[in-house]
Amino acid sequence: MNHELRIIASTEHLSQVTDFIEQHLDQVNCPPKIRMQVLMAVEEIYVNIAHYAYGSGQGDAILRTVLTSDPDAITITFADNGKPYNPLQQKDPDLTLPASRRPIGGLGIFLTKKFMDQLSYSYQDGQNIFTMTKRLETHETSTS
Amino acid sequence: MTIKVTKKGKNLTVFLGGRLDTSTAPELEKTLQQQLNGITNLIFDLAELEYISSAGLRILLAAHKTMLTQGSMKVIHVNEVVMEVFDITGFVEILTIE
Repeated sequence: MNHELRIIASTEHLSQVTDFIEQHLDQVNCPPKIRMQVLMAVEEIYVNIAHYAYGSGQGDAILRTVLTSDPDAITITFADNGKPYNPLQQKDPDLTLPASRRPIGGLGIFLTKKFMDQLSYSYQDGQNIFTMTKRLETHETSTS
Repeated sequence: MTIKVTKKGKNLTVFLGGRLDTSTAPELEKTLQQQLNGITNLIFDLAELEYISSAGLRILLAAHKTMLTQGSMKVIHVNEVVMEVFDITGFVEILTIE
């Protein structure tokens, strides 16, 4: 199985990106809830690259996946050659605002932060590199 | 994704199935633009919705805002996975969920 996908960053190709990640998730025993959380985070980050990284131009997004065990986890890295942008710096939305004043949008990165276990960003050699890791087993809910 | 619409007078029920994501959200947006005019009672039935991303949340919030000015909106049959998304984003406080 291929662990790298290079694809034109465009929302038209979202289903190919989703299929690529699902192939990997199929290798492990992953509860549906966690599966959706991973796919959702992947969609948010990929769509963000598609919408913003290259302005009105076009460029590639590269996805790399690594499955690890003990505990089972998936690490997904996104790279693009677009303008430097650290999604982790985006301010969290104000969830206390009433509906009429809630901005329509800005929830994607917030959900990614909530759903993934580890996130990191760096800008290296002209590339945005965003890495996220998610444990694939149902968490033993400890204190929190 | 599946979008099924039932209209009875000023009542509109929108049944959603499958994936509501960046690719499919525009289709739902278009359907609502065509159907919402004059509706005072909007129901989203999410019984078969498997997946929702922020693109889908955006459409639900926009519909909710529209309905604030012309009637009411209710979301029914929300599964556990979708409910968690509503929970984390504070949508449980905003939407009427049954």
